[in-house]
Amino acid sequence: MLDITSLEKCFDTADGPVPVLRGVSLSVKEGDTLALTGESGSGKSTLLHLMAGLDDAQGGKITFEGQDLLSLSDADRAKVRRSRIGLVFQQFNLVPSLTVAQNLALQARLAGRHDPERVARLTDRLGLAGLEHRYPEQLSGGQQQRVAIGRTLVAGPRLVLADEPTGNLDEATGDAVMALMHELVTETGAALVMATHSRRLAEGFARRVHLRHGLLETR
Amino acid sequence: MPVLETLFSHWRRHPGQLATLVLGLALATALWSGVQAINEEARQSYARAASTLGAGQGERLISPDGAEIPVADYVSLRRAGWLVSPVMEGELALSGTTWRVIGVDPLTAPTGAIPQGAFETTADAPAFLGRPGLVFVAPDSAPAAPPDFPAIITSDAIAPGLMLTDIGTAARLLERNTLSFLTLVPTQPDGLPPLSTLTDLRREAPAGEQDLSRLTDSFHLNLTAFGFLSFAVGLFIVHASIGLAFEQRRPVFRTLRAIGVPFSRLITALAFEVTLIALVAGSAGVILGYVIAAALLPDVAGTLHNLYGAQISGTLAFRPVWALLGLAIAVLGTWVSSAQSFWHLITMPLLAPAQPRAWSMRSARATRRQAGVGAVLLVISAALAGIGGSLAIGFLSLGALLIGAALLLPGVVVVVLRIAERPIRSAYGEWVLADTRQLLPGLSLALMALLLALAANIGVSTMVGSFRLTFAGWLDQRLVSELYITAQDEYQADAIRDFLAPQVASVLPIAMAETRIDGLPATVFGIVDDDTYREYWPLLETVTDPWDRLADDTGLLINEQLARRSGLDLGDRVTLHPDLTLPVAAIYSDYGNPNGQAMISLDLLEQTFPDTDQTRSAFRTGDADVEALRQSVLARFDLPQGHIRDQASQKAVALRVFDQTFRVTGALNVLTLAVAGFALLASLLTLANMRLPQVAPIWALGQTRARLARTELIRTLGIVAVTWVIALPVGLALAWVLLAIVNVEAFGWRLPMTLFPADYARLLGYAMLSSTIAAALPALRLLRLPPAQLLKVFSNER
Repeated sequence: MLDITSLEKCFDTADGPVPVLRGVSLSVKEGDTLALTGESGSGKSTLLHLMAGLDDAQGGKITFEGQDLLSLSDADRAKVRRSRIGLVFQQFNLVPSLTVAQNLALQARLAGRHDPERVARLTDRLGLAGLEHRYPEQLSGGQQQRVAIGRTLVAGPRLVLADEPTGNLDEATGDAVMALMHELVTETGAALVMATHSRRLAEGFARRVHLRHGLLETR
Repeated sequence: MPVLETLFSHWRRHPGQLATLVLGLALATALWSGVQAINEEARQSYARAASTLGAGQGERLISPDGAEIPVADYVSLRRAGWLVSPVMEGELALSGTTWRVIGVDPLTAPTGAIPQGAFETTADAPAFLGRPGLVFVAPDSAPAAPPDFPAIITSDAIAPGLMLTDIGTAARLLERNTLSFLTLVPTQPDGLPPLSTLTDLRREAPAGEQDLSRLTDSFHLNLTAFGFLSFAVGLFIVHASIGLAFEQRRPVFRTLRAIGVPFSRLITALAFEVTLIALVAGSAGVILGYVIAAALLPDVAGTLHNLYGAQISGTLAFRPVWALLGLAIAVLGTWVSSAQSFWHLITMPLLAPAQPRAWSMRSARATRRQAGVGAVLLVISAALAGIGGSLAIGFLSLGALLIGAALLLPGVVVVVLRIAERPIRSAYGEWVLADTRQLLPGLSLALMALLLALAANIGVSTMVGSFRLTFAGWLDQRLVSELYITAQDEYQADAIRDFLAPQVASVLPIAMAETRIDGLPATVFGIVDDDTYREYWPLLETVTDPWDRLADDTGLLINEQLARRSGLDLGDRVTLHPDLTLPVAAIYSDYGNPNGQAMISLDLLEQTFPDTDQTRSAFRTGDADVEALRQSVLARFDLPQGHIRDQASQKAVALRVFDQTFRVTGALNVLTLAVAGFALLASLLTLANMRLPQVAPIWALGQTRARLARTELIRTLGIVAVTWVIALPVGLALAWVLLAIVNVEAFGWRLPMTLFPADYARLLGYAMLSSTIAAALPALRLLRLPPAQLLKVFSNER
């Protein structure tokens, strides 16, 4: 489903280019659950952004369902994200001026796959029933992250990329959110790649890889 | 559609921000399009006047010395085969209004000399030629006429203040049988004898109202400059509102991109959103602009009449093209104001975090760079003012001065804050100053708008005040006689003079005749030799013995307008009549009179112009009681109301006309200041929402919300006071450029500059008042802020 080959990424700084990813290669199959661990600044988020086509690399290749992601135009990459790749962020990234219901339906509407019944079912499963008309600022952190997960899954993505999704939550809430995400992703048959610095959370994934100084270590 | 819905949802959740944006843009558009509506109305009036006169239709033949043309000259030219048409112009007093009567010959006049549509209002064209004839006037201006007056027909094609009629009717109304000029039909038959062999009349390109249009152009440029200034001040609000909205929504843009919205679609949606808001606000602005224009137009019409003698309709017509232009300028202004935000969005990395606070707090380096550009512009402005010499240079200098001062302002305030820091010892005081420095970039756009409004206010009020003071002083000289009487006829005038002569110190008959000097209408006055003139008449330039020269008929006096218009200097010879040419002995100031004027001795006037009007007289009453004299004249002579005036009422009328002249400038001044006050309010409200992270820690350290709110208020007033201090020299420089360059070019008068400290102090009071109102709302909000809101700053939930 997703093949990454010899991926190179540098950031330009005042002291010259700093390599972040140095020849990273990785494969993700359908239904895989993969934890991407590493210290802060190890390049986890950068790798996820590249997988989602949000950023460009200096070298290497990313193939997603047969398409060379890095060679696609901005519009084509956006189309891939809209319909086949879902993203969950640490900061939730909900639209503050839309209600819970509107946020949940947003990505599905953009993908042209809006199904009100599916949204209603998911709202129940996420424990958000009764909160549909609230705005994000009126929700707790855990509730906000559940809306973000729901927004991603309601569009039926083939691959879910999650960047420290519990980083802003307390341990108990984080565990509950993780369990729910695992459960829902598994139900849809999508693959899940999550970046985390928590070894404990990574234990729940079928595969784990570790990034250190831009190099991948398989565990 | 989900993208647009998402973008619009921001405005639904932030109605105050939307209201600020819409109101700012609507006000900016209103002032701009209001001024444009006024200008357009005036231009339409000039165009109608020009078309009534047949200007632009071809050349004219005029008498080289400006005198009237005998009908015989016209007849001889027609007989020689030349296609010429006679025109008779003159003034007629009717129902208390002076009308400009234009008589044309419809049978020989070139196409277009009679405005299209004039006859469409009546099927009775022959009545135009017959007796008692027809006169056409502009709608809503038909005078109450005596029974034997020609029938009055209203027509849109006629300019206000004009009466168009057949030449025969004009001759009867003006009691004259000479012509003003002959219009040459553009296409003449072949083989005609040269004009120079037939007549000594001179060919002249169409002038008349075109000259008027050139003169009034400068006034309209003034209005446009004011409209543009207000528009620019309004755009500061738009720029700030859109910039903040973009920065606040950066996370939303990032989210939308992350969930699959292509960049091009996002930019298109944002452009659509901004344009839609501009159209809504622009429509409101155009409506408001129409209301403002309709309210100001009568004053503008008065101003143009008083300054230039131009006749403008006092009623505003709605023109769709004007409305569309207003909308276009609103959209264009919004695009320009949001260009920086779009540029940031395009150039900033997609994954960069949003920084609405950082957005409002530019780097110190940017402030320094901006101040540098401002200083350069001020130097350019000073250099341009030094060069002077044309209206364009004057306005360029003004533009560089205002923009330069505005750019320099934030840098100067930073320096003031650094100086203020030195003596401060208390921790709270240090925090307030440090916090103010951090707050300043967010406020700088509003402060720049306020500076522009204050400087414009100081500049224009200094100009108008100086003008008024000079005008009042000039009136004291010109209206030195205590009593002015206009008799019904010359017999009555003689009787009144004989009656009053034994009771007063001096009798000063005022005789005048209309003539043409250098081809343009002018008035010649005849005066007696009297100490009153020698002591009081306001002379600007003079030979050593001007009054002796005038008394012995070896010189004449001319007004400043005639001197500037015809480039006349002392000693230059002026032809008043084919039989009378005299050198200039002095030039006198004559504020408020748009026309040329000359003075000669009364005897010479009577000899040269036998049909002079001698019904007016002035009387120096000496020790006599003015009111008693007035009553005795009224008891003895049959004088209509208004024909006998004392000095005080004459001055009051003159000053009232003067004040009306500048009422429109005052109104625009107030509106610009109001827009600037609103810009300040909008900025303070915006900043109040973003400043919690600064305020919360100091509150947690033991300062009450009441003290913090008080500090906010005092700080705003302090910054506004500093802005006023900086605006003062800028405004005075503005006044100097207006008086020394712009006014000389626009009006033909050079005035001394006077300072009005009380007015400037009052302006500071208004600025403080509007700032208190603007700052009170955010301060009150801070005072009532629930502690829970402040505590959120310390949690991750914000």
